[in-house]
Amino acid sequence: MAIPAIESIYVPTLAWISRIEPMTAMEKLFVVELPRGQSLGHKPGQFVQISVCGVGEAPISISSSPSRSNGKFEMCVRKVGDVTSALHRMKEGDQIGVRGPFGRGFPIEQFEGRDILIAAGGLALAPVRSVINQVLDNRKKYGRFIILYGAKTPAELLFKEERDEWKRRDDVEYLETVDRGTPDWTGNVGVITTLFPKIAVNPRNTIAITEGPPVMYRFVIMELLGKGIPEDQIWVSLERRMKCGVGKCGHCQIDHFYCCQHGPSFNYAEIKGVMEAI
Amino acid sequence: MSLKIINTSDLLPFVSRMMSEYEVIGPVANDTGFKFATLTDASQLRLDYNTTVIPPRKALLPTRETLFTFRSDMHTVAPAFDMKWRVLLGVHTCDLHAMCMLDEAFARGQPDTHYMKRRATTAIISLECLDPCDEHSFCKSMNTLTATSGFDLHLIGLGEFYAVDVGTTAGEALLANHAKTHDATRAEIALLDKAMSQKWAKFPARLHLDGKDLPALMGVSYKSPLWEEIGKRCLACGSCNIVCPTCYCFDVQDDVSFDGKTGERYRVWDSCQLDAFARIGSGENFRKTRAQRLRHRFMRKGKYIAEAFPGHQGCVGCGRCARACLVDITPVDVWNSLHKDHA
Repeated sequence: MAIPAIESIYVPTLAWISRIEPMTAMEKLFVVELPRGQSLGHKPGQFVQISVCGVGEAPISISSSPSRSNGKFEMCVRKVGDVTSALHRMKEGDQIGVRGPFGRGFPIEQFEGRDILIAAGGLALAPVRSVINQVLDNRKKYGRFIILYGAKTPAELLFKEERDEWKRRDDVEYLETVDRGTPDWTGNVGVITTLFPKIAVNPRNTIAITEGPPVMYRFVIMELLGKGIPEDQIWVSLERRMKCGVGKCGHCQIDHFYCCQHGPSFNYAEIKGVMEAI
Repeated sequence: MSLKIINTSDLLPFVSRMMSEYEVIGPVANDTGFKFATLTDASQLRLDYNTTVIPPRKALLPTRETLFTFRSDMHTVAPAFDMKWRVLLGVHTCDLHAMCMLDEAFARGQPDTHYMKRRATTAIISLECLDPCDEHSFCKSMNTLTATSGFDLHLIGLGEFYAVDVGTTAGEALLANHAKTHDATRAEIALLDKAMSQKWAKFPARLHLDGKDLPALMGVSYKSPLWEEIGKRCLACGSCNIVCPTCYCFDVQDDVSFDGKTGERYRVWDSCQLDAFARIGSGENFRKTRAQRLRHRFMRKGKYIAEAFPGHQGCVGCGRCARACLVDITPVDVWNSLHKDHA
């Protein structure tokens, strides 16, 4: 029996950090360049597995939109574990391993012609930004574009320049809030659900996308359902421990779903009866 | 494919001849019973074994397996594959059914070439049980007490001779190259038929329902108070996962050499019963309690796998988890109790 040449789904592609931008005390934005200028070929809402050899591998969501790829992709990384701490110690030009993109992203082309409502909490603005910029770069294909963003404190708000642009644009309805203000903070104070009374939507024509810390989902989904948005027009992205990214290792399993394959993007109709999902 | 006969006196010479070409892994005796190990002498083989603590899946999915090696400067990464040719001998049909499920799980979607490479270079010679192994197995309920496929060769020990069911051309070649066989005579076929029909009555159906109905039972059992009850007893030790022939979840870790220049990424068996299994970097744990983790395990065994891989089951009734559990949480008790609640 001849043994054919074999490749491993676990071996990463070697890539380079081409730029690092500090964002907050805990988060940095990494611009990653793939070999030979190849494109990652991702959809908004997908993720990659990032390797720092000798330390390990961690699932990181892709923060850049396909519309702005140019042979590079961006990821906003919070320093929380071994791999993310190692990434934070790295410099521009350092090498990392990349596998992916993995999972089901948001079916953004199916949302064309609809109003888009985004509700992002904390670090989740990073993955949702891949949707936001895709919509902004194809702005005419979509209806109203509403972005709601909440963070714990003003210092934790990400992507300042981009948020300033959203505030300026008259084709984006952007609202932000913080859980706890500071003396110089003049904006909204309160959790993200306090922004919902400030907006009116046409529920039949609205696609809602929400992403945030686990505790946020049930409250935001309640607000969205309360506005009359149908269950299958409410999209979430669920965070789980994705170790292999290819539906084998079992860590990300939610009921019968492997979050890394069937998700991380789900619409609410798919997961509302699934215990442990929300 | 066909039925051949090996005289019992010719079996060990057959094993010896295979050992001269391949690594042959089979059941051998140890201090407490039996285990699957690489044979160094054909006489070590114990085809009369009842069961083993660790299932033979370790031959296909080693407890620790290198996925690739790297240089710490990250300029080279090389996948690692096990290139050895093996014969896995004496696999009971419960474990054989489990391996067929593993084959599907690793081939599905993006194929896991590490598993599949090893599987493609491993011949499986399974073995029919003619008597139940002990009070914990429930293979009859799970429809795994015999097998018609999944093996290269399948042995049925009938005293003076072994009937050999040839499953694949690879199995046929093993026999042709290494064994002294003859075609079954009518008398031998009659003895085989008799043993197979007598066997059926010897095995008790310990579940109060058919294994095929477990997905439906589990579907209505999410909110059963049983999970909290057994969750209070469970020690979250993970033994049930480690001894399970259908468990295949793994963790992935890195190891660096002392000089810091080279290293490897490897996978190791993991357990969904351990606290950290579903915990993410931020500290959030998606299955915090033992009750949740036990429910997840029984859902996988009774429902998720059967539904994800039609024709396969997440539990093959081998009874190993029941033998290993320190607090007597057994699948037979759990499923009979849930069945009683919904009868």
